[in-house]
Amino acid sequence: MNLRIIKAGVQDTIQDMGRIGWQHLGINPGGAMDKVAAAMANILVGNAPREAVIEMNFPASEFFFEQPALVAVSGADFSMHVNGEEIASDHPVLLSKFSILQFHRINKGARAYLAVHGGFDLQGWLNSCSTHLKAAMGGFQGRALEKDDEIPMRLRKELCPMISNKEYIVLPWKTEPELPESDPATVFILPGNEWERLEGQSKNILVDHSFVITHQSDRMGYQLKGEKLMTNQQEEVVSSAVNFGTLQLLPDGQLIVLMADHQTAGGYPRVAHVISAHHSRLAQMKPGQMIRFQFTDIQVAEDLLLRQQKHLLQLQNACHLKLDNFLKQ
Amino acid sequence: MSSTASYQIFGLGDTALVVDFGNRIDEDLNRRVIQYCRHLKTAAIPGTLEIVPAYSSITLYYDPVAISKSVPAGSTIQAWVKEKLTTALEQEWETTATKERQIRIPVCYEEGFAPDLALLAAQRNLSSEEVIRIHSNHTYRVYMLGFLPGFTYMGKVDEAIAIPRKPQPVPVQPGSVGIAGRQTGVYPLASPGGWYIIGRTPIKLFDGTRENPVLLEPGDSVQFFSISKDEFTDY
Repeated sequence: MNLRIIKAGVQDTIQDMGRIGWQHLGINPGGAMDKVAAAMANILVGNAPREAVIEMNFPASEFFFEQPALVAVSGADFSMHVNGEEIASDHPVLLSKFSILQFHRINKGARAYLAVHGGFDLQGWLNSCSTHLKAAMGGFQGRALEKDDEIPMRLRKELCPMISNKEYIVLPWKTEPELPESDPATVFILPGNEWERLEGQSKNILVDHSFVITHQSDRMGYQLKGEKLMTNQQEEVVSSAVNFGTLQLLPDGQLIVLMADHQTAGGYPRVAHVISAHHSRLAQMKPGQMIRFQFTDIQVAEDLLLRQQKHLLQLQNACHLKLDNFLKQ
Repeated sequence: MSSTASYQIFGLGDTALVVDFGNRIDEDLNRRVIQYCRHLKTAAIPGTLEIVPAYSSITLYYDPVAISKSVPAGSTIQAWVKEKLTTALEQEWETTATKERQIRIPVCYEEGFAPDLALLAAQRNLSSEEVIRIHSNHTYRVYMLGFLPGFTYMGKVDEAIAIPRKPQPVPVQPGSVGIAGRQTGVYPLASPGGWYIIGRTPIKLFDGTRENPVLLEPGDSVQFFSISKDEFTDY
């Protein structure tokens, strides 16, 4: 009952919603970069939204299923292929045993999430299955997935008869992504505590100019390149907390956006924070892409987050109903 | 204890609030930060995910979605949590006399374990022996953890051996004991680092397989003591 990796991707890892409650010991929450997409993949296969999934970058891993499985891929569109045939992502897919799942090219986005019905059978560390690469703990053996890894799945037996004579069945419903309420290349920000340290001109640059996401970008953070920002104050910031989405100003005048594997504390000025509802948007951006920032207020930030969660809940109710009916057949 | 310390509260994005007691490294201030943290943990502010101390601030991470239904109309979730947080901070409470833990950590300061010791000594016009004596002759406070799992920010080191961090990080071995400014700390894991490395401990400050993966906690007192290369190997 294993999922075998037949070809390794680039730093594909097991992730869930993160490891909450350990930051006072320097252990960061981690978790999926795009938690909305991870939740959607789970919802499609009837799992709880916080179940562990495989986070894939491109080129992505290739998988071999030893047993029938109900799977779904959400987030980036990497042109999913089953046994050489292209199929749509964002649908639940029933696979017969000995199926091969591959990804051929990037059509859209940067990170795709693979969920399996029943979830992966992993031990977890400090109440989370997220892979903590620095600590070499959690996920699958505390590391990125490699060729010949066999990840145990909690498969449900009743899937076998449903797929008896077919290679795969794409179930006819999907998760519609929420319609973006604004330009997807722009992310909304709230001012950070050190915002006032920016010089007047630099404040304008942050919102009027575009920044490019450099190749020094990973799960810890995206380094941006743009016009240099200057501060009017040299006083050091004593190490203090940061958050997913925090925009820090580095000593060379460039910005870094902190992502899922960010450190728990930092001493660089926190000029702004990307709102939570736009973390998913950030997570699907690639190096080389341009990004713009636009100020909003806390009311809008919270409304957008609640709207996002409501959308997920509606999808969950609809998908679970359809899946239950299908599995009862 | 009542809150006589002055503070300001600001948002850290839309999922956290920071209580800032002043941007400085001060032992008494940090002691209050940790007392406040203990108090806030018992205050059960709705939606709380984590309460995290730093040098001179506390961060409350909360789940806005979980508490959205409790927030009265006309208020943002953030304003509501801030109000609850302020109420908790202003409350009178009993400080339980918590004894700060004293922990001794062996350090081998010998060649092969201390790549930057000679450089630091030269820059501060001291002999290596003097640097070791000054570093191991003082009890340090663990102000906070961060950067890596189990990485402790301790201080303050004697002004005589203080040195600004390196401009570029270099690879650092696990167990390395470093100095940056008036801070000292131990790298629990192999990592790039910018601190001057003056020794190495055989003790594992972080071990993910232990029930308590991290050895030191904010508020602990730490004393380093010198061990030889042989003692390090046999530890």
